[in-house]
Amino acid sequence: MTERKRESLALEILSSLLFVIFLLPFGIVIINSAKDAFSVTQYPMKLPEDWTQLFRNIANIWTSPNVQYQSSFLSSVIITVVSLLTITFFSSQAAWVLVRTKTRASQLLFLMFVAAIVIPFQIVMFPLLSWFRIVYQATGVKLLRTYGGMVISYLGFGMSLSIFMYHGFIKSIPYELEEAANIDGCSRIKTFYSIIYPILKPIHATVLVLNGIWIWNDYLLPLLILGKGNRVMTIPLAVSNFAGAYVKQWDLILTSILMAMVPVIVFFLFAQKSIIKGMVQGSIK
Amino acid sequence: MEKTRENRIVFWLFLAPVLFAFLMVVVVPFFMGIFYSFTSWSSSARVGGGLSFIGLTNFTESLTDPSFLYSFILTFIYTAINVLAINIVSFALALLVTSAIKGRNIYRVGFFLPNLIGGLILGYVWQFIFNNAIPGLGKAWAFLAPLANPDYLILADRNASVLALVLVGTWQYAGYIMMIYVAALESVPVELHEAARIDGAGGWLRLKNITIPMVAQAFTITMFLTLVNSFKQFDVNVSLTAGGPSTMFLGKPIFGTELLALDIYNTAFLANNLAQGQARAFIFFIVLVVISIVQVRTSKKREVEL
Repeated sequence: MTERKRESLALEILSSLLFVIFLLPFGIVIINSAKDAFSVTQYPMKLPEDWTQLFRNIANIWTSPNVQYQSSFLSSVIITVVSLLTITFFSSQAAWVLVRTKTRASQLLFLMFVAAIVIPFQIVMFPLLSWFRIVYQATGVKLLRTYGGMVISYLGFGMSLSIFMYHGFIKSIPYELEEAANIDGCSRIKTFYSIIYPILKPIHATVLVLNGIWIWNDYLLPLLILGKGNRVMTIPLAVSNFAGAYVKQWDLILTSILMAMVPVIVFFLFAQKSIIKGMVQGSIK
Repeated sequence: MEKTRENRIVFWLFLAPVLFAFLMVVVVPFFMGIFYSFTSWSSSARVGGGLSFIGLTNFTESLTDPSFLYSFILTFIYTAINVLAINIVSFALALLVTSAIKGRNIYRVGFFLPNLIGGLILGYVWQFIFNNAIPGLGKAWAFLAPLANPDYLILADRNASVLALVLVGTWQYAGYIMMIYVAALESVPVELHEAARIDGAGGWLRLKNITIPMVAQAFTITMFLTLVNSFKQFDVNVSLTAGGPSTMFLGKPIFGTELLALDIYNTAFLANNLAQGQARAFIFFIVLVVISIVQVRTSKKREVEL
């Protein structure tokens, strides 16, 4: 008994040590966000002398024209929310007709979508830019540097995995459910929205979490589609613009990093269980 | 008859939005890209005019360019070390947080946390740690003085910088992979362990003969995920090292920590050679597909053997 106790004590000490090491970088960001430009470079590992500096730094970033924190945050929220809505909405309805229609075309389309999961962004990113430019010249619809271009891109790149996950889930829903509705005179479209769509709740959560974390943190796609020095910027773009242009201003860079991280961490702590579950399930499928 | 007609209409109606997006951002650019990689496409050339067909030149030039070859080798090395490091760390963490310790949930959340933040931002955090915080330790304590010596800066050394990329990659990704192992470990029946313990099997024996075979399927997933993600690493590369420090390879000065994804980006935008960037992306894609297929095949085979 004592040996087992000693063993578990050792494990606990090891875990808490690792825990501290894992979170140390966050601690370093926090303490250095509460320093001025001089002490951040002179004493980066000391605790700040005056914690109120943190609020001065935050206020500084909040209003800084170089970071554009408020508008970047708003743009990030708009892009993420609208993209997630379109992805869940359109992917689930597509997956449903793909499951319930047993034709050649249906099988072929599903296979094509699944195959697209392995396509890396790198191979389409350059032509995507010139294609969007061609679309603009031909139709006048602006996709570069706009929300529209971002949302359609995220739908296009996010739908494959999402359809795949919805597809697996919908297959397990008994068809009798829909037949009953059909007999009652329910149209196909109404059947989907009033009967199937609500049943998909658990898989909606997985799709939202997987795509949400990806879209919120994504850097390369907004860098290319929105470009630098645009009115519309996401948080990663804003941080990289600032950190790239003012390499020495670590006090403010770290504050902007802190302000980029806090919303995500707060959100995570609220929806911790479903986020972890969603990410694990998404990977296993 | 009415019914099948309705079904067909609904089928295409419901697929229309995703099909449209798929054509717009995947299919059309994919084929345009294949076409462009055989031309002299550059950002100054007007689309439609000024493109000339140059055959395989972009590919042969890429494959004889020291910076591309170097990035290729470096990416393989980085991927190998990273996959190993992430899987060892995350499996160990998973064993820890599924053991009978107090506060398991808090540990899980803590280890998972870095995964929520984008690689770009994490790279800047670690750039500060390597360039300021660690030298700061040297300034604060005399016995750590060498840390403050600018000659020993981690990001000024090529090999150390590659390991720094691995460290950040592992720190970011281990918590996520850990959760996949946790899910697998928790599905192993407790009775198996109890029975083995009664038979006198020690911890190591049980790990080798029960735990590892039982979670073999998870290994397939985690190996695949870590392999593909390491190979595609871009964000941390940009913000932590930006490709530096420079080094010499085959008699040409090049970026010492430029992974493939960054090399593709830089070829197109820094060197202003979109066509060659596209050709490199194409090679990158082929290698990625081959790796994925080989990896899944061999893992599946091993799973059955276990």
